[in-house]
This record gives sequence, C-alpha cells and structure tokens, in this order.
Amino acid sequence: MEKNVVIELKHISVAFDGEQILKDINLTIRNGEFITFLGPSGCGKTTTLRIIAGFLEPDEGDVIFDGKKINGMPPHKRQVNTIFQRYALFPHLNVYENIAFGLKLKKLSKADIDKKVKEMLSLVNLKGFEHRNINSLSGGQQQRVSIARALAVDPKVLLLDEPLGALDLKLRKDMQVELKKIQQSLGITFIYVTHDQEEALSMSDTIVVMDGGKIQQIGSPTDAYNEPVNAFVADFIGESNIVDGIMKQDRVVEFSGHVFDCLDAGFDRDEKVDVVVRPEDVDVVPVEKGMLTGTVTGVTFKGVHYEIIVDINGFLWMIQSTDISYVGDEIGLYIEPDAIHIMKKSEYSGMFGDFSSFSEEFDELSDVNAGVESEGSDDD
Amino acid sequence: MTKSRSVEVGSKKVNLIPFSGWMVVFVLIPIALVVYYAFTGVDGFTLTNLKWIWVYRDTLWLSVWLSVIATVICLLLAYPVAYMISRAGEKMQRNATLFIMLPMWMNFLVRTYAWMTILENNGLVNNALRGIFGEDFAGLNMINNHGAIVLGMVYNYLPYMILPIYTALTKIDNSLIEAARDLGSGAVQVFRRIVLPLSVPGIISGITMVFIPSISTFIISKILGGGKDFLIGDLIEDYFLGNSGVVNYNIGAALSLVIMVMILLATYLMNRFDKDAKTSGGGIL
Repeated sequence: MEKNVVIELKHISVAFDGEQILKDINLTIRNGEFITFLGPSGCGKTTTLRIIAGFLEPDEGDVIFDGKKINGMPPHKRQVNTIFQRYALFPHLNVYENIAFGLKLKKLSKADIDKKVKEMLSLVNLKGFEHRNINSLSGGQQQRVSIARALAVDPKVLLLDEPLGALDLKLRKDMQVELKKIQQSLGITFIYVTHDQEEALSMSDTIVVMDGGKIQQIGSPTDAYNEPVNAFVADFIGESNIVDGIMKQDRVVEFSGHVFDCLDAGFDRDEKVDVVVRPEDVDVVPVEKGMLTGTVTGVTFKGVHYEIIVDINGFLWMIQSTDISYVGDEIGLYIEPDAIHIMKKSEYSGMFGDFSSFSEEFDELSDVNAGVESEGSDDD
Repeated sequence: MTKSRSVEVGSKKVNLIPFSGWMVVFVLIPIALVVYYAFTGVDGFTLTNLKWIWVYRDTLWLSVWLSVIATVICLLLAYPVAYMISRAGEKMQRNATLFIMLPMWMNFLVRTYAWMTILENNGLVNNALRGIFGEDFAGLNMINNHGAIVLGMVYNYLPYMILPIYTALTKIDNSLIEAARDLGSGAVQVFRRIVLPLSVPGIISGITMVFIPSISTFIISKILGGGKDFLIGDLIEDYFLGNSGVVNYNIGAALSLVIMVMILLATYLMNRFDKDAKTSGGGIL
C-alpha cells in the first residue's frame, strides 16, 4: 500500500430500489490532495461523497480511513467534514454560533472556541460578521461561513458537494481561487464534487471522471484533457471532435477519408478506434494545403477566438481559430500528429455525434441550473 | 385612497374591498359592540362592569388553570406523535395526517356527547366493568369533574397541536440535520440543538390554537363538567342567554373583553419569545 494514503474505497457498490447507483468503485486518495469527482448528474459522484461522509452505507465494499475500515461508523465520529450544496447553515444561530457549533460539541473552553472562531473568520475574510444573522448574508458570505464552520473542527478531509453551484459566475471564479488557496495553506485533503469540468480542471490535483456509477478515468487535469480514455471523457471534458477511425499501423490512422500520422501505438492492424481532435488543435489553411477540406456552416465570435463549424463529408467539426472565416467559405484543415488522440472503442463510441446539435453535457448544465435559485446564474 | 384598496399578489392586482368588507362586518363591528356594552350601563358610560371580573376571579382562575393543564398535556402528547409522523415515509405521513384530521369532520357537540356516554355512570366503561365485577359494582366516578373537562379539551384540541408542530418539523431541511451530525452531534444533540429550536414556531402556534379555545369553552364544561364547574365561558354565555335568570349584556361583554385582552397579551408575549429565539417561519399566528 502506498503510504500517505488517507482514504481508500474498495469495491464499493450501492443500489437504491434495485437501481445500481455505484458499481465497484475503487479509489485511493492521498493526504493533502485536491481530488475532484467530475460527472453529469446521476453519475454517482455525490453518492460516493456521502459514503465517505458516513451518511450512506455501501451495499458492498470497504471504506478505509487512515488504514482502518470505517464502514458503519456514524458521521459524527468520522474525521471528515462536509460543505453542503445549500450550505446548510443553522438559521436559528448567528455566524459566530454556527462556526462554534462543532467546537462546543468538542467541549473546548470558551476562550479556545473564541480564538478558533476568530481565526476561521479571518481565514474566510469575514472578520466582524460574528453577530450577523445567517439570513442577512449573501450567498457567497453564507458559503464562507459554511467553510469556516467545517474547517473549525480541524477535519483531516474536507468534502465539498458542489459548493459553488448556487453562486453566480463571477463569484464562483473568485471562490474557486480562494478555496484552492485555503486548501494549500491548510494542507488538508479536499474531495470536491462538481459537474463543471472547467472548475475541475482549474482546481484539482486529480480528477475522477464518473458516469453511470462507474469511474471512467482517474488522472491529473492534463491527462484527463489530453489523454481521455474513452469518448465519454473526451466529450465531457472540454470540446472534442470525436470521429471514427481505423488504425492502419502504429502511429498511422485513417479518418475522414485521409491518412494521418499520429503518436499512438499498440493497437491491432486495422482496428476500429475513436479519434479525438480538440477544436483548438486544428489549423485553418487554404484549401490546397489542407489535409481535410470542408464548408463553413457557422461562425460564432467568442472573444478570444472564433468558433467555426465546418462540414466535412457530412460530419460537422468544431474548430477554434483566431482567424475569421465566413459561412459558405471552403477551407482546408491541417492537423499535427500530436493533436490526434486515439482511443479504444467503448460503450460510449458514437454516442456524442457531431456539432449539429447541442451536446448532452450542455443539457446537464442547464438541468442543474434549473433547480438553483441563484443570483442571475449564467453558466459557461 | 384608491391605491390602498388593492395589493400586488405576484403580477395580479387583488381588490381588497370584499376582504375589507368581510373584516368590518364580522370582526370590527362585533368587537366594537363588545367594547360598547362593556363600558356602558343603564346610566351610560361606566367602568363598574369590569369589577365583575374580580367577583368571578375563582372561575377565571379555574378556566386558566384547566386550559394550561390541557395545553401542556396536548404538547406532551403531540410532539412525539408529530415527530414520528414527520420522520415517516411519504405515504404514511399522508395517512397519519388524514387520521388526525378525521375526527374534526364530525360535529364538535357530537364528539363531546360521545365522551359523556363513555364516561358517565351508566356509560360504556362502567357497564363493561359491571359485566366483569357484577351488577353491584358502584362504577367509577369519571365524569362531572375537572379531569373530565381537561380530557374533553385535550381530545377536541389535540389535532390543533399536532398539525402545526408536524408542519414545522417537516420544514426542517434534512441537510441541517446532516450538517449537525457531520459536526459531531449524536442523535440527542441533533434533537436538542437543531430540531427542537427549529420547531418552536410550530409549538407556539399549537399552544395558541389549543389554549384559546380551551379558555373560552363553555360546551365542554357543560357536557363533561356537569354544570357544576362553571368556567368563564359558561358565565359569559349565561349573561347573554340568561340561563340563570339574569340577562346582562354589559357584564357578559366586560368579561369577554377581559379574556380577549388576556389572550392578545399572551399571544404577543409568545410571539416576542419566538422572535427572540430567532427562529424563522413555520408559525401560523
């Protein structure tokens, strides 16, 4: 066993009313790590978090904390604390009493409690808010109080269940930076649950991509982005053009009627594969220089770049380019070998199609926001 | 003036004239009449009617005392029931609240008379006991006493205690309970520090809704108290209907007014207490 491991999940399975929510989850979480469970709603990420917190017992499998099995241990005896999606602050207590809640239960002296509460308030930038009523605070301030309340009891691991979901975009970005800062300064393990891939990429040391109750991929943000293991991960994290291809031999792949050099090897000769090309890795060139050619069917200005939809033999590609093209233009596309990523065929192959319609990921994001009474939420 | 006659409810303007008319006819005018009669006599304005509350201080005290006992018993019975219902499954919750409201569909008088036939000397219970102990059994003395009056109050008004407490309990977000457990509370601490304080608005509504009808009842004491124990409600009824030979609206109105002021004061104090406890929502009054 790797030392420095704080939590291990071994063969965790859970079913509700006969519906399998988690299937054989295996995961090792290191001390001091910022790990993110990323996936669409219903993927099992929150369920996994609740199992670690102790609110839910797995049907099968073990939860190991600091080398000891903690199945069946009630939440109040576990050295983990949770930041809840809706903060779950106690409305009958003020800011001070909320933060002191866990400390009082630990039977600390009044002076110690006072010192700790003050320390926490300054950690989350809420000095002077001690006697404020919870209901008089903004969403962002309430979130800070809930962070202070959880950190006050010195957890070894902090669980965060979509903590920024109810905040508006600007505040969410600020809180991302702040949370990361807090995590680094305290050096404790953060287990973060989100459906927002951008949030996951920018904050995490490790991303656990989940779907359908299974872990799809565990890796660093760059791994998850650059080396997705299957079409689901490629589609969920960032934008992707996912096309069918045939591996002609090591480092040579054919797709969209053209043979490309690539960097991937280890596939069978003529094996059918999924090919991922990120929109920003495609260069727009004159038709005669292009490896592929197509007709522009849509252009959207995004600030940093233009998002160009190109019809190549009936399959719509998305390309991000700083050079403008116009609808109806014939353009050539040039793809470097290192821009091509080859994946084995999986159950997700062919599920995401091209850019002729909104992706499922977009639906997920708007679903989540529908239930949130946020202050003018605008999602990315 | 035209502005104050309508309020915005959502995006709809609601005309307040029917409501105001209702309030004037059924609330303001009756109260004005009570006040008028309370402060007048044969010679016009007088305060002498109010002295009767002192004359009847024992009756008033008995009414308060029995109502307080009934309210406390209701609270002690209702809280565990409301708590259990609020923790039950959705279907069970629906059925349980239905069963609690079911007796309220029956006429109040019929329900109270039913208790008479159960408790009286030749009633259900005593006849059953005679079946066991023989015809010579004298029978238990279960009616025409304070206990029977309190029983009548508790029986009739218990649902008004259960329902608001149940409502307050179901309003408590489950994540608050999870947060408390997460921060180190065992079951007892969760109840003491979270559930109980957050259900205070329901408790206050329940107390108000049991205490007020109890202190002003005249039927329960008449049917189950045997007319022997007069409560303040019986006195007021007598002065208006002349059951004991005297009709005096002025004394009746004065007694009503005193009760009303007492109830208003008690309600005000309880709502103050509620606000001090910083609880939010859940209350009916």
